[in-house]
Amino acid sequence: MNTLSFRTKQMPEPKLIFDRSSAGRVGCNLPKADTPEVDLAAVLGEVREELNLPEVGELELLRHFTNLSHINFGIETGFYPLGSCTMKYNPKINEKTAGLPGFANLHPMQPVETIPGALDVLIGVQDMLCAITGFDEITLQPLAGAHGEMTCLMLIKAYYEARGEGQKRHIVLVPDSAHGTNPASAARCGYDVRPIPTNAEGNTDLEALEKALDDSVAALMLTNPSTLGLFEPNIEKICAMVHAAGGQVFCDGANMNAMVGTTRPGDHGFDCMHLNLHKTFSTPHGGGGPGCGAIGLMKHLEPYLPVPVIRRSEMKVIADYDRPKTIGRVSAFYGQFLMEVRAYTYLRAYGKEKMADISRYAVLNANYVRARLKDVLPPAHDRPCMHECILTAEKYKKENGVRALDISKRLIDYGFHPPTNYFPLIVPECFMIEPTETETKETLDEFCDALIQICHEAVENPDLLHDAPSTQIVGRLDETAAVKNLDVRWWPKS
Amino acid sequence: MSNIPTDLKYAKSHEWVSLDGDVATIGITDFAQSELGDVVYVELPEVGRTLQAGETFGSVESVKTVSDVYAPIAGEVIEVNGSLGAQSELVNSDPYGKGFMLKIRVSDASALGGLLDAEGYQAVVG
Amino acid sequence: MPYIPHTDSDRREMLATIGAQSIDELFREIPEKLRVAPGSLDLPPALDEPRLMAHLWELSKKNVNLADVTCFLGAGVYDRYIPATVGAVISRGEFLTSYTPYQPEASQGYLQAIYEFQTMISEIYGMDLSNASMYDGATSMAEAAIMATGIKHRDKVAVSEAVHPHYRQVLDTYCWSMGIEVITLPAVATGVTDLSAAADAACIILQYPNFFGTIEDLAAQRAACDSSEALMIVVADPVACALLKPPGAFGADIVVGEGQSLGVAMGLGGPMVGLFTCKKSLIRQIPGRIVGKTKEAHGEKPGYVMTLRTREQDIRREKATSNICTNEALMALAATVHMIALGKNGMREVATASVRNTQYAIQQLTAAGAKLHYSGRVFGEFVLELPKDPTVVRDALLEKGILCGLPLGSYYDELKNCLLVAVTELRTKDQIETYASALKEVLA
Repeated sequence: MNTLSFRTKQMPEPKLIFDRSSAGRVGCNLPKADTPEVDLAAVLGEVREELNLPEVGELELLRHFTNLSHINFGIETGFYPLGSCTMKYNPKINEKTAGLPGFANLHPMQPVETIPGALDVLIGVQDMLCAITGFDEITLQPLAGAHGEMTCLMLIKAYYEARGEGQKRHIVLVPDSAHGTNPASAARCGYDVRPIPTNAEGNTDLEALEKALDDSVAALMLTNPSTLGLFEPNIEKICAMVHAAGGQVFCDGANMNAMVGTTRPGDHGFDCMHLNLHKTFSTPHGGGGPGCGAIGLMKHLEPYLPVPVIRRSEMKVIADYDRPKTIGRVSAFYGQFLMEVRAYTYLRAYGKEKMADISRYAVLNANYVRARLKDVLPPAHDRPCMHECILTAEKYKKENGVRALDISKRLIDYGFHPPTNYFPLIVPECFMIEPTETETKETLDEFCDALIQICHEAVENPDLLHDAPSTQIVGRLDETAAVKNLDVRWWPKS
Repeated sequence: MSNIPTDLKYAKSHEWVSLDGDVATIGITDFAQSELGDVVYVELPEVGRTLQAGETFGSVESVKTVSDVYAPIAGEVIEVNGSLGAQSELVNSDPYGKGFMLKIRVSDASALGGLLDAEGYQAVVG
Repeated sequence: MPYIPHTDSDRREMLATIGAQSIDELFREIPEKLRVAPGSLDLPPALDEPRLMAHLWELSKKNVNLADVTCFLGAGVYDRYIPATVGAVISRGEFLTSYTPYQPEASQGYLQAIYEFQTMISEIYGMDLSNASMYDGATSMAEAAIMATGIKHRDKVAVSEAVHPHYRQVLDTYCWSMGIEVITLPAVATGVTDLSAAADAACIILQYPNFFGTIEDLAAQRAACDSSEALMIVVADPVACALLKPPGAFGADIVVGEGQSLGVAMGLGGPMVGLFTCKKSLIRQIPGRIVGKTKEAHGEKPGYVMTLRTREQDIRREKATSNICTNEALMALAATVHMIALGKNGMREVATASVRNTQYAIQQLTAAGAKLHYSGRVFGEFVLELPKDPTVVRDALLEKGILCGLPLGSYYDELKNCLLVAVTELRTKDQIETYASALKEVLA
C-alpha cells in the first residue's frame, strides 16, 4: 500500500511557525538602508508598538515549509482525478519562461512602449484562443474562472442596456447541474436566477427551456460538455431557441479540455464563454489559485470589452483604453500576466499539429476509466463520456452503509487523490472522475484496481472505509466543531 | 424511522406547527434535522416581522448544506428562539421542544386546516 | 504529443477495453458538422523545448525590465525585496500543483500555511480575522464595498478620490452591474480626504497611505462612519502597517489591500494577492475561503479545514456572499514565507528603510527643482510638482535608466504637472542622488 508522503501519522504533527519563534532571530539577509536616519514619530506621526510576527532563522523556515509540503498532495505527488478541475501535468518549462526577468520584473504601470514583448505574449494567447474556441474576440482581463463568468454577464448586461432592454431582461437561466459559480455570478451582476432541469438522458430539458424563454430572459448559462461529462447533442437547437427569444447564450468553459482542437464552442452558437487557463491550458492551480479566466465573445459584444483591450493597430500591438462603450475595468492591470506567459508557452508547445491530442487523449482516458469501473461503480448515464465520467456509488450506500465520501477517503490510503464527490448535485452518491490526457495507462490501471478493491472492501469490511484515511497525518476531521468553535487564527499566549 | 408527533400539523417543506390560542410555535421536523445532519447555524427573523404563508423566514445550516425554512402559516413574529444562537444542536436533539424556531401570532387560525396531519406528513417522507 | 504519454499499444488496448474502434468514435455525440479535423486550426507550428525557450527569451528581451533600470515607480505595486526562500517554497510541486484543499486529510500542509497567513495578515492590519485571500487589492476592495451594501441595506458607497484610480474603476464596474451608486469624496490640500459628503452611504472607503502616499486620518474616518452609521473600509498597505498604527486600532470594520509587496513578483501586475480582513461580527458575510483549526472527529490531533463553507457559491449558489471560488493561495503562501522570513523585526526594518529613503529622496528631488505638491505626512511615496511636462521628464529619465515615477495627468486633470514617486527599501543613497542630478539636468 502506498503512502502519500515522507511524513506519516506516526510522526508528531508539525508545529505552528509561531511556536518555533524565538526573539531576535531573522530568516533572511535584509537590505540595509544607507540614507540618513530619521525620527519616525516626527515623520509618520504615531508609530505602532506591537507587531507580533514570528522570528525564525532561514533554515528553520525552510524545514517548516518542506515538512508542510510533505503533508500536502499535488499533481506531482500522485494521480489527482478531481472532476471539473482538470488536474493535468503543469509543464516545468512554463515555470522557467514565466520566471524570465523580462516577464517577472515588469511593473504594470511602466510606459506601455517599454513592454512590447509582453503585449506580444498577450495577443499571442488571444489569437490562439480565438482559433481554438471559434470566438471573434478574447480578453485576458478576468483573474479567475468565476471572474470570467461575471465579466461575460456584464458584457451581456451592457449589450441589453445599449439596446434599451436592460430593465426588461433581468433573468438568467441556469441548469440544475451547473457549477455554483454560475448562479452566484449572475446574482453578482444583479440578475434573477431561474433553474432549468436536466432530463433523464442527462441533456437540457428542452420543453422546460421553451417554457422559461420570453423577453425577460437575458441569458442561458450552459456548461458544455455538461457537468455530467456529456456533450449536449442539441446544442445548436438550444442556442437557436434562446436567440429566437432575444437572449444570449453563455458557455461555461470549465470542460474545454474535452473540446480543444476537436470542436469549437464559437461554432455551436454560443455568444460568449469563459475559459479556465488553470484547467485547460496547464497553468498551476497553486492550492486554489491563481486562476486565470480568459473569455471569448462574438462581435456584437466586442464594444463593451473591459479595458485595456490588447489589439493590433498599424502593425503594432497596443493597449487600447479609448473605448467609449466599455464596461470599465474588471481587474487592476493586465490580468494574470505571468499565467498568460505559462499558457502561451503551453500552447506553443502543442501548436497546430498536436493541439487536438489534448482533447482526444483526455476523452480516451476518461472512457477507459469508465469502462474499467462500470461493474463496480456504474456510470450515471449509458452514453460515451467526454473528458470525465460520472459514476454512482448508490448501491453501496443502500446495501452497505458506505457513502461515496467513504470510498474517496479510502482512496487516499491507496495513494490517490479522490475524485470530486457530490457534484453534480443531481446524481446520488456521485463520483466525478477526470483523469486528463497526461496520465499513463499504468496509472489509470493502478487507480481502477484500487477502486475495485475498495468496492470489495465496502461489502466485506465497511468500517475500513468509514475509518479511512488511516495513513495520513490526521484522520477525518471534525468539520462541525470547526464551524461551532471557530478558530481562524493563532493568538499569542498571554 | 423518524418521530412524527400526532398532535402537530406539518408542511410539505418539513416544518411543524402547534397552535395555542392564536400563538403558533414553529420548528423543523425530526426527519428534516436528520437529513441535514449536525446543525451549526440557524438564521431567524426579527421580532415584529409579518410573514405570509409559504414565505422564507430564515435558514438552517449544517456544515455543507443550507436550507431555507418557510412559514407554514401567516402571522406576526412575536418570539424567536434565542438559545439557538449558542446551541444550534438543539434542533438536532430536541426538534419538537427546545429546538423550536419561533412563535407567531397567527392572523387566521383556520388556515391550519390546509396543513398536513401526522399521517399525511408520514406519506410525504415515506 | 509533448506531455501525453500514450504509446500506440496503450491506445489500442484502451480502445479495446472501451469497445471502440477509434478515438474519433468516442466523439460521436458531437454532431459531425461541429467537429474540426485534428491539425486543421489556424495555429502556429509546435515548438520543441529548446526552440520554445529561445522564443520566449526573445520576447522577454523586448521588454524593459526593472533589473535594467532603477525603479521609483510604485502606485500600488512595489519593487521590494523578495527573500530567496519565497521562490524555493512556492515552486515545490506539492504546493504549486495542488488544488483547493477539498480533502483536508491530504492537504494539511497548505491548510496550516493559510492558517498562518490569516494570523499574520490579521496581526499586521490589527483586525480580528482574515480570509484565505482574494484575487487582488482592487477586487478585494470592490467585494468589501458590496458586502457593506448588503449589511447596511443601502445602495450607495462612498470612496475617496485618493484611492488608487484603477481600484475605483474596478469598483465602478462592479457597482454598475449591481445597481449601486458610487460617490467620490475629494482630497484636500494636505492630500487627505474630505469626508463631509459621505452621508447615507453603506461605507466610506479610504486608502492608507493613500494613492498620493499621504497618511489619511483614520480617526476622522471612524467618526464620520459613526455619525452616518456606515462601515469603515480601509485599503491598507501591509508594509506601511508594520510601522503605522494599524487600521484595526482605529476601529475599522473591514480592511483590505494588495499583498504584492509581501514577496510576490511584480509580473506586470498579475498574479498578485488580495487581502481581506474584518471584525469578527462580520464573518458570516465575508467572501472567499476561510481556514479554521479543529481536531480529529475520532481522535485528539489538531488539524485544519476550510470552514464556514455555507457562505460560498458551491453551496449557497445565487444567495452566496460572493461568486469567488478560486483565490490566490500560491501568492498567499509566498506572502506567508515572506512575512516569516522578515519576521517581527525585518518587517519593521524594511518599512523604516523605506521611510528613510523616501525622506532623503524628497530632500534631494526638491533641491533639484521639483516641489512637493501635498503638505501631509507620507510613508514611502509622494507627489512631486514639476516645472515641465511629467511625461516628457519621464521619457528623458528613462533614457538615463531611471523609471522616475507615474505622471498623474491622465488620472487627475488638476495634477497634470505632477509625478507620483515611490522609494522602497531597495533604493540606495547613490541611486537617489543619481535620480536627483538627472532630474536637475532634465529640468534645466
